[in-house]
Amino acid sequence: MRTAQVIMETGAHAAALAVKCARVDVIPGYPITPQTSIMEALSAMVEKGELDARFIPVEGEHSALAAAVAASAAGARVFTATSSNGLLYMHEVLHMASGGRLPVVMCNVNRGIFAPWTLWADHQDSFAQRDTGWIQFHCSSNQEVFNTVLQAFRVAEQINIPVMVNFDGFVISHCFMPLNVPAQEDIDRFLPLHEPEWRLDPAHPSSFSNVTNAAEYASFRQMLSQDIMASIPLVKEAAQSYKDITGMWDGDTIDTYRMEDAEVVVLAVNSMAAELRLSVDILREQGIRAGLLRPRLILPFPAQDIIDALPQNAQVMVLDRNYNFGHHGGILASELKSVLFGRRHDITVKNRVMGIGGVDLTRRFMADEIRAMLDE
Amino acid sequence: MTTSIKKLPDTEQVLSGNGACGGCPATMALRMVGKALGTNAIMLLTPACSVASMGMTPKLGYNWPCINICFATAGASASGITHAIEIMKEKGRLQGELPTVFSWVGDGGTYDIGFQALSAAAERNENIIHFCYNNEAYSNTGVQRSGATPRGSFTTTTPTGKVQPKKNMPMLMLEHNIPYVATATVAYPGDLYDKVVKAKNISGMKYIEILAPCYLGWQFDMADTVQMSRMAVRSGAWLLWEAENGKISFNSPSSHIINGKRDADPVNEYVMKQGRFNRLLNGADAARRIAEIQGDVDREIAFMRERAKIMI
Ligand SMILES: Cc1ncc(C[n+]2csc(CCOP(=O)(O)OP(=O)(O)O)c2C)c(N)n1
Ligand code: SF4
Ligand SMILES: [Mg+2]
Repeated sequence: MRTAQVIMETGAHAAALAVKCARVDVIPGYPITPQTSIMEALSAMVEKGELDARFIPVEGEHSALAAAVAASAAGARVFTATSSNGLLYMHEVLHMASGGRLPVVMCNVNRGIFAPWTLWADHQDSFAQRDTGWIQFHCSSNQEVFNTVLQAFRVAEQINIPVMVNFDGFVISHCFMPLNVPAQEDIDRFLPLHEPEWRLDPAHPSSFSNVTNAAEYASFRQMLSQDIMASIPLVKEAAQSYKDITGMWDGDTIDTYRMEDAEVVVLAVNSMAAELRLSVDILREQGIRAGLLRPRLILPFPAQDIIDALPQNAQVMVLDRNYNFGHHGGILASELKSVLFGRRHDITVKNRVMGIGGVDLTRRFMADEIRAMLDE
Repeated sequence: MTTSIKKLPDTEQVLSGNGACGGCPATMALRMVGKALGTNAIMLLTPACSVASMGMTPKLGYNWPCINICFATAGASASGITHAIEIMKEKGRLQGELPTVFSWVGDGGTYDIGFQALSAAAERNENIIHFCYNNEAYSNTGVQRSGATPRGSFTTTTPTGKVQPKKNMPMLMLEHNIPYVATATVAYPGDLYDKVVKAKNISGMKYIEILAPCYLGWQFDMADTVQMSRMAVRSGAWLLWEAENGKISFNSPSSHIINGKRDADPVNEYVMKQGRFNRLLNGADAARRIAEIQGDVDREIAFMRERAKIMI
């Protein structure tokens, strides 16, 4: 492993650098806070000739993803990024990408959604797209954003399913942290050139997304559902191979902290999970045997890995940064409960929603919340 | 000189056995387009009759790679493909002459839901051809109004006749300062063929709109598609023109109407042959309604005559 350089970068720039290192061909883009700096950085790289790609400054996110989908169907490696209402605006095209089995990679910089207006982080935007057939990662640091974008391309292109890489607005996108950038030849080894099995090619006329009969349609959907599940070993393999080549590791489908003898397991994703390590330390100092279980992958939901990681009789405190409207609490808690049902009768699950619209989540606040949940 | 129909190439890109209605103007026009474009092209379609017509998976009635994309996205999607193939060629991953990238889209996907993305693609001067086959309604969903539906026309969402006139979409495209805009229709296949050949050899954004009289929406006899198309032109309800780098010129026979050598036929006969109009023209207000339709046609002729004088 050769680390070419260690630099100070924001999460947004870490994402842009990863896109450059992935030798992406086409980048349609449209600004929205807090994602904008990714697109600005990429358009500058293209303009200066540092990145041999086409930047398409489209007129909206619906078009951004449409251009990405079409460029991918033409055989290019494609990236775009968005946030919040931009992601919601893409909704029908998200389905086009997954149904069309196109390995587009997109960063979503998590931000709360209209109305009322907010600029700051929560996860309602990406959780609202849970059923669009995309593989979804959540990252907890700038370095993990960089690493995950590269892993996302590898997985997407192996199984022809688009991948969304989520990370919190401002907390990650705009904060500087040290960033290891591996040598380009190492990255090239990890992520070879994109050679799709199929593309729009006049030498082989074929239709894409044409009308199907019911049985064909059903079989396409069944394949997509199965392949999404089949991506789990690929995610693990990508993380392992990335570690072998670069020495860096963020976890694979999940990441754990102080779980060995944990009685209280905190489950959360994204930037709050980084802060929660410190909350776990505080709780441990207070005599509570706490641990952290952070899913990196939330779609497909890594059921088996979570089940295997939970100690006997653990109390799981799920901290959701989203609402599961129509139910009490958040979506992660519902996902977890559905996984445990009938499989782990020994586990209790408690849930709180917090950090909505960027409400600050400090280690002390979260430690206090978890202690209060213990008494519920 | 316009290419004679007898001189058109034998190439057939529209294959036999597709699912269009008999006498379908969109399919007739696409056949001419295929002769002009040849095989080296990539076709984009948005949900419309031409998708329903192309045959179900895994069969394909058009001899190109075809991608059916989200309704609003023709402009954006075609841009994505053009940039993809250009950069892949630059990087040495594609060899040979690059294919023509063209969208084949209805008036719904052009005038209405696709307008934003198309306008943006034109403003960026993307290297694509956008064809609008204009049957003046949403035919595929059972004939609802669009921005291209003329005043006085029945559709299922204008059951007493559309109140507003249609918009002049080719002019709106021209105002994006793109290198080529043209109008055509199926009764003049040589004219259409020549315009497509021209567009194919121009780099940047090209827009070609083809009036497509659809027997189903317009309610006339299926065998009369070509005649209806010719009547539209002779009455001046459809003008044949093209604009290279913003300079408008009219094609025969519209040129004769514009320069006053020949009077346009009154719209009366054209309108009365179509159920979409004539079913509403048996009441006491028939004369006023026809005068309104005639007024819209006269206004467009007068406007285009004046607009064409701007040669900057
Ligand atoms: C987002 C979206 N809205 C609505 C539809 C339903 N739809 C399919 S085709 C069509 C009308 C197409 O009209 P046009 O583009 O004029 O083509 P034509 O059917 O007349 O050939 C509509 C409304 C759709 N497919 N997607
Ligand atoms: S409804 Fe009209 S446009 Fe559609 S296939 Fe039939 S004739 Fe063609
Ligand atoms: Mg139509």
